Amino acid sequence: MSGLTAERAIPDRPGRAENYLTAETGLASWLLTTDHKRIGLLYMAAITVFFFLGGAAAFLLRLELFTPEGDLLSADSYNRAFTFHGVVMVWFFLIPSIPNILGNFMLPLMIGAKDLAFPRLNLISWYIFVAAGLIAVYTLVSGGVDTGWTFYTPLTTAFSNGNVLAAAAAVFVAGFSTIATAVNFIATVHLLRAPGLTWFRLPLFVWAIYATSIVMVLATPVLAMVLLLISAERAFGIPIFDPLRGGDPILFQHLFWFYSHPAVYIMILPSFGVISEVVTCYARRRVFGYSFMVYALLWIALVGFLVWGHHMFVSGQSLFANLVFSFLSFVVAVPSAIKVFNWTATLYRGQIVFDAPMIYALGFIGLFTIGGLTGLFLASVPVDIHVTDTYFVVAHFHYIMVGGAVSALYGGLSYWWPKITGRMYPEAWARFAAVMMFFGFGFTFFPMFIMGFLGMPRRYHVYPQEFQVWHVLASGGALILAVAYLLPMGYLAWSLIWGRRAIANPWGATGLEWQTSSPPPTENFDTPPVVVQGPYNYHPEHEGPPAMDREPHSPQGGQPV
Amino acid sequence: MNGFSLWPPTASEQAARIDSLFIGLLVVAGAILLLVAMLLLVFSIRYRRGSSARRGELPEFLRRDVELGWTAATLFLAIFLFWWAGATQLRASDAPPNALEVHVVAKQWMWKARHPNGAREINALHVPRGEAVRLVMTSQDVIHSFFVPAFRVKQDVVPGRFTHMWFRATKPGTYHLFCAEFCGTEHATMGGTVTVMEPEDYARWATAQPQEQDLPGEGAALFVSLGCSGCHAPSAAVHAPSLQGIYGRMVNLADGRTVRADAAYLRDSILLPKRDLVAGYEPIMPSFEGLVDEGDLQSLLAYLESLRGEISR
Repeated sequence: MSGLTAERAIPDRPGRAENYLTAETGLASWLLTTDHKRIGLLYMAAITVFFFLGGAAAFLLRLELFTPEGDLLSADSYNRAFTFHGVVMVWFFLIPSIPNILGNFMLPLMIGAKDLAFPRLNLISWYIFVAAGLIAVYTLVSGGVDTGWTFYTPLTTAFSNGNVLAAAAAVFVAGFSTIATAVNFIATVHLLRAPGLTWFRLPLFVWAIYATSIVMVLATPVLAMVLLLISAERAFGIPIFDPLRGGDPILFQHLFWFYSHPAVYIMILPSFGVISEVVTCYARRRVFGYSFMVYALLWIALVGFLVWGHHMFVSGQSLFANLVFSFLSFVVAVPSAIKVFNWTATLYRGQIVFDAPMIYALGFIGLFTIGGLTGLFLASVPVDIHVTDTYFVVAHFHYIMVGGAVSALYGGLSYWWPKITGRMYPEAWARFAAVMMFFGFGFTFFPMFIMGFLGMPRRYHVYPQEFQVWHVLASGGALILAVAYLLPMGYLAWSLIWGRRAIANPWGATGLEWQTSSPPPTENFDTPPVVVQGPYNYHPEHEGPPAMDREPHSPQGGQPV
Repeated sequence: MNGFSLWPPTASEQAARIDSLFIGLLVVAGAILLLVAMLLLVFSIRYRRGSSARRGELPEFLRRDVELGWTAATLFLAIFLFWWAGATQLRASDAPPNALEVHVVAKQWMWKARHPNGAREINALHVPRGEAVRLVMTSQDVIHSFFVPAFRVKQDVVPGRFTHMWFRATKPGTYHLFCAEFCGTEHATMGGTVTVMEPEDYARWATAQPQEQDLPGEGAALFVSLGCSGCHAPSAAVHAPSLQGIYGRMVNLADGRTVRADAAYLRDSILLPKRDLVAGYEPIMPSFEGLVDEGDLQSLLAYLESLRGEISR
């Protein structure tokens, strides 16, 4: 392995003297920038802070659950901790993570544009996001909320003594940032594609961000409405969900899940894009079934809106509704399966290199497959009735959103790190972290499937003795996982100063983003690029890649000749 | 209840059926996972950089037929699993008509159960083995969820409406009862035990409990003490509809609609009498909102149900 690395080592050659990082200096040049690349980095900074906060809450939860008694946290502080963990991780980490860091940075580069369609909207959406985040932190400092991130009524509107209004305000405001970013991405993909970049030549990452943006624009307003209704009932006593005054608490669940199920796809679709880029590059192979991959994304984005009722099989919903939602949930599993099969088939007859991004991607495929397959259990009404609101569900959605989305985030960050910073990350450390993340994740969350099936309900800070062995395994795994998440932050920061300088295209990748210097100049390309073919031409059409050589791959496009 | 195990106790008829579905899903999911993992492993080794494996163009049938094939196969598998799960659910959806009816009221943070003969218990439920038991549940405050892992049953308990679930226990023993829907500070301790007893033990247990009036009897007393009978009794002078046999019948409303006078309608009529007025009557009934709690409502409804007589059962 080391021989291969050495062979690919390219002599240190600094990038262009001037790039987007050095073009201007000073705090104001960052805080008032309209450069999508700099805003991507601003998002990275903010989102990392929230990842720390949400992770700290998770760490407290796992620590408490080491023993069946409530010896570390009181019932109230435990409830506040898991609510904070959920709210921060969902709205301030997972939803913005890949779109706002990697999407913001890469989308214009990948389609050959100078910037996003609305650069100033991009900046204001970062400020809105930070404002929302500050409200979320205020919520915590002012005592926290004890409703769970799902805000179920009438607990939230009439019974909770936490700071519900502040939490609702934080999520409400964050929604504007989400919508602004999504509108920006949609407009950019429609309007700013380079000459020759037709829709079916778009890299799958661009398709994934585009599909995600559409879901964001359509779903987020529903969340905003339902949060307003909650605030109206809690603050002004306007009866909407309160059954004592003719309201309907189940109505809340319909509105909430009509947003929150699509939100699951907001969290996972961008990772599909990252994995498609990484797998093709490190397998040196054209993606298997490009058009199926695109249709699968769109299918998920569409049908994802029609399955919200599978969160409500035990809510008292009619049997007929349960069966309809069950059917649609099974149907939405099909495109996800296609994606897994196609990634796997992309490896066939490839020339696979196990660099860190590829290890993250392979880990993603494994964990996402487990997460997706356990979704079949939850789509089956009778099984769901038993395991819903238990740790089985906790394990399931963490497999998708942490095993899946977070692995993809780390994989994508490593893959594009040379482009973003102009520095190479240390490969050996990165491989080690990727493997450690995979196993740490498994130790943490696999036991939860078992204890969930055994009947351990979620959101319990004390629990019967017999579940302890599983909780101890999970808490031990969480320790490994925490180290695996912190490690890349360490070596990536290290690489900023001591890392080898990156050339324009260190991986021999075909995307447009690699056809400019690393890091790119402020205007992205010296002259606007022209696209001549589809993505992923890692080998000539009627051949495969050679056994050893990196050539011949041909970029999607480049400077006009 | 203690000790290390990988499978929860199986103590109801549904549990056995759901377990076989669960095992089926495990086999299917395990097979797919194994397939994907094996392919990843084999391809990773065989096509690693520098290996001498044959590469070159993908055969045409692989690019089209295989893609279409596994899309169709996945879709058929999904539909098959839906059919299996749906059929399992349909088979167990309705309680048999002769089920033992136990009323459950949930509140922060306690379960109160009431047996047909008037026996009451808190955070515990005793049920006879082999007999269908139907729970009629409501909540006094927030949403709770009645969860007995050993029976594989769970049902949210929602304020302002009645939800139902039923089971037939098969194995004597003591099992966990959990609240599965987050309901506030003490959510984690809102639970207790469900005890399955042999039918004769259950009968002995039920009679040994402090006897109170049965539910309809208590409702009849409330009917008088709350003043309902002043208008609704057959002999009353006030022009109000008679409630004899009303339960479950269709009634015509003043606005022209026809509704079934089920538990939900009658409950609303007690709390919000002016909302769905019966045709031919003046809106003179006062609201009993705040005067009756969920337990009283259950008693009143049980009394009204008893008025429809044995014939309609």
